[in-house]
Amino acid sequence: MGLLSRKVTCNSHGQDSSYFLGWQEYEKNPYHEVNNPQGIIQMGLAENQLSFDLPESWLAKNADAAGFKRDGQSIFKELALFQDYHGLPAFKKALVDFMAEIRGNKVTFDPNHIVLTAGATSANETLMFCLAEQGDAFLLPTPYYPGFDRDLKWRTGVEIVPIQCTSSNRFQITAPALEEAYQQAQRKNLRVKGVLVTNPSNPLGTTMRRDELDLLINFITDKEIHLISDEIYSGTVFSSPGFVSIMEVLKDRSLEQTPVWERVHIVYSLSKDLGLPGFRVGAIYSNDPIVVAAATKMSSFGLVSSQTQYLLSAMLSDKKFTKEYMAKNHKRLQKQQSKLVSGLEKAGIGCLESNAGLFCWVDMRHLLSSNTFEAEMELWKRIVYDVKLNISPGSSCHCSEPGWFRVCFANISEDTLKLAMQRLKSFVDSVAINNQSHQELKNSRKKFRTKWVFRLSFQSFHDREQDER
Amino acid sequence: MVSMSKIATGNGHGENSPYFDGWKAYETNPFHPIDRPDGVIQMGLAENQLCFELIKKWLMEHPEASLCTAEGVNRFKETALFQDYHGMPEFRQAVAKFMGKVRGDRVKFDPDRIVMSGGATGAHEMVAFCLADPGEALLVPTPYYPGFDRDLRWRTGVELVPVICESSHNFQITRTAMEAAYEKAQEANLKVKGLLITNPSNPLGTIMDRETLKSIVKFINEKNIHLIGDEIYAATVFKDPEFVSISEVIQEVECNHDLIHIVYSLSKDMGFPGFRVGIVYSYNDAVVNCARKMSSYGLVSSQTQHLIATMLNDDDFLHNFIMESKEQLFKRHKYFTWSLSQVGIGSLKSNGGLFIWMDLRKLLKEKTFDAEMDLWRVIINEVKLNVSPGSSFHCHEPGWFRVCFANMEDNTMEVALSRIRSFILKNNESIVPRKLCRRSSLKLSLSRSLSRRMDDFMSPAGIMSPHSPLPQSPLVRART
Repeated sequence: MGLLSRKVTCNSHGQDSSYFLGWQEYEKNPYHEVNNPQGIIQMGLAENQLSFDLPESWLAKNADAAGFKRDGQSIFKELALFQDYHGLPAFKKALVDFMAEIRGNKVTFDPNHIVLTAGATSANETLMFCLAEQGDAFLLPTPYYPGFDRDLKWRTGVEIVPIQCTSSNRFQITAPALEEAYQQAQRKNLRVKGVLVTNPSNPLGTTMRRDELDLLINFITDKEIHLISDEIYSGTVFSSPGFVSIMEVLKDRSLEQTPVWERVHIVYSLSKDLGLPGFRVGAIYSNDPIVVAAATKMSSFGLVSSQTQYLLSAMLSDKKFTKEYMAKNHKRLQKQQSKLVSGLEKAGIGCLESNAGLFCWVDMRHLLSSNTFEAEMELWKRIVYDVKLNISPGSSCHCSEPGWFRVCFANISEDTLKLAMQRLKSFVDSVAINNQSHQELKNSRKKFRTKWVFRLSFQSFHDREQDER
Repeated sequence: MVSMSKIATGNGHGENSPYFDGWKAYETNPFHPIDRPDGVIQMGLAENQLCFELIKKWLMEHPEASLCTAEGVNRFKETALFQDYHGMPEFRQAVAKFMGKVRGDRVKFDPDRIVMSGGATGAHEMVAFCLADPGEALLVPTPYYPGFDRDLRWRTGVELVPVICESSHNFQITRTAMEAAYEKAQEANLKVKGLLITNPSNPLGTIMDRETLKSIVKFINEKNIHLIGDEIYAATVFKDPEFVSISEVIQEVECNHDLIHIVYSLSKDMGFPGFRVGIVYSYNDAVVNCARKMSSYGLVSSQTQHLIATMLNDDDFLHNFIMESKEQLFKRHKYFTWSLSQVGIGSLKSNGGLFIWMDLRKLLKEKTFDAEMDLWRVIINEVKLNVSPGSSFHCHEPGWFRVCFANMEDNTMEVALSRIRSFILKNNESIVPRKLCRRSSLKLSLSRSLSRRMDDFMSPAGIMSPHSPLPQSPLVRART
């Protein structure tokens, strides 16, 4: 029609991806313990619902402090009028202190270098607008969060070139993979502006090792490009090895006075660590004052509500609360993750060993009918429609090998998780029986021609049973 | 060495405009009645601070509207988790209801067409991204809000072509002016995708009459271009003639509804700029769908959605607020313009907005924008008032200034008026009306007559707030 922009008519918003289709199916038939026990269990949503009792009880004790009052006086008017894109100083201070606490206080952050944005979604897009333009590319290790296809590319015109990671080394980034991605970008006539990594990783649930981080720093130093470290899951690291931030490595290598220092930027958010996605609290942290200045101006398009800044500055300034929250939250995440892992084990399914995040990277390659993405989609559809679990297929995360799935565990109760694992086990068992029966049929054809008709009718009885489930 | 983007290193953010220079002057020396009585008074900020008492009272009576109370905390978890870019249904219903009420219920808004954005700032950028590609253009009548240069162009790559409006027509939009702008764009090889109007107007404070709006709708329909109606000052219309929205006009004029979009916000009508509540309302389904996805970059905090939903779903409060706001704005505007007229300063006749369009052409040394800048610097540095020069609004004629009146307490306004009085008397006695002029006791009689008049404008209860006006938000002084 030409009446609307190309952004409206193209598909770069990425919402036709299977990642979102699974959500749609879930929404048509959502599981509910009482009202809809046969519904689809949502395991495709990386949310942390395990620790709400903690901020709730904090609020109950500190209502006035967090609401529209300070020292008993209403500050509603001041908050309602506060639209300064530099953000509420008290909130920025509390946020950087919280970020430092997550990193074991091995690094400190300067509140003047943080820019508040409406969620990490906005932070990532804003950084793209600052660092790159049409014809430029960022390199991203696969598998990666499907939302990046929208956040980094849609309105910015920037391209993503994948750094292919494989299960052969637990999906870690290697020097050859980095170099190959760089070359691929060159071949496509794209100017590489930087690398973006998610650490801890979504969807892998693993933290990056020090040698990986060193490799990245060497690479961006050599190529003179940027590094964005999306650390929105940094507070979800529940077991060893601990979290090593890119800032820590830069500091340990005494790189503060070198050019690479100003080319490293962190994206943060309270959506995962504190489980507050609705409040839209994101942040960009950069060592480059020019990036900070530009991003600050751009944040006008998506500021954090002053009401929310005030509530969270009170909450995060309470060090007793943050300490308690981190400790209890980690314990609960670890417990829930191990229940998922053991449930999967019982079903004969393995997953990548993980120590962070709100999900596991599950290995269902052995359940594929063939080593193809078509087979992965077939399997995924059966899991969504027949097993009634919404999980995310690896292809939606641009994984280079079929058969991997991201399965979330922190957004459901222990009981729901148990039920999900039972359903999965039944499914896997039935697949095994099916395979076994098929195998026996094959054998019987060879050996027992006279009993062929009997076996066939026995087999078709089993098929009918499954259809009726 | 890798560079940043051109967007980041260029001037597209528009912050080098004089509109922002005045703010900087204010920030280095802000007025405070006690601590800094000689400081610069902020009259460049279009904020509505006149109705907070009413809102505070409502908040006290409705603790459930806040999550941070015993009554509200049970909604904490579901609110904190709610990140659906459709927005809370009760929030959308409340906003749709408010928008309808402000238009006298002559039009009904569909909550399913309400899309959230990061303030009107975010809404404008989002609409530009949806309707135009880089290199395409939008027509905007002058004078216009300086922020449009950033919001519509900076990251989108869209161009703005001015529709020149002149004082001879009271700055109204004419068919001729629209055609001329359209032609100009064609000559410059720019594809025009739409026309953006602000009604009520910023900086004029005037509303468009029905005939003008019909003419505009006919124009865009003929040219098959979009019409974006920025109606963020809709509820600030404080006296007749009544506000007419494009949503009403399209019910009367034949036009393609797919071309019609409204930008709204609670920043001006309710005085809540800090809460970042921006709205895009489009009659075009494809635009609603796309804008909704784009709203991910600037959703309204669910905590704020909950507060607004509770507040605006209270019909009594809604009615009282709209009435009270009109009354306060009417009084303030009347007193302010009357006081200025007493020293011979006129302004464009207006009935809305949070500012007046002040006519200082007589004070210019010559009819040039340089002379306007000179005068403006005198106003900032000597009179110590931050006002916004017309050139920053792309006004075609020098000598006009936007002066905000709703963002301060009564006593601050008195100080501002007395400074203006002194400045006029000192510099240009010829413009003071003769009937008021007795040279020997001029200053004395003027100030007496004016202060007496102030009481006439105040309600018996008085609007004098017990709280001193604070020049800078106390929230900026960090506690740690």
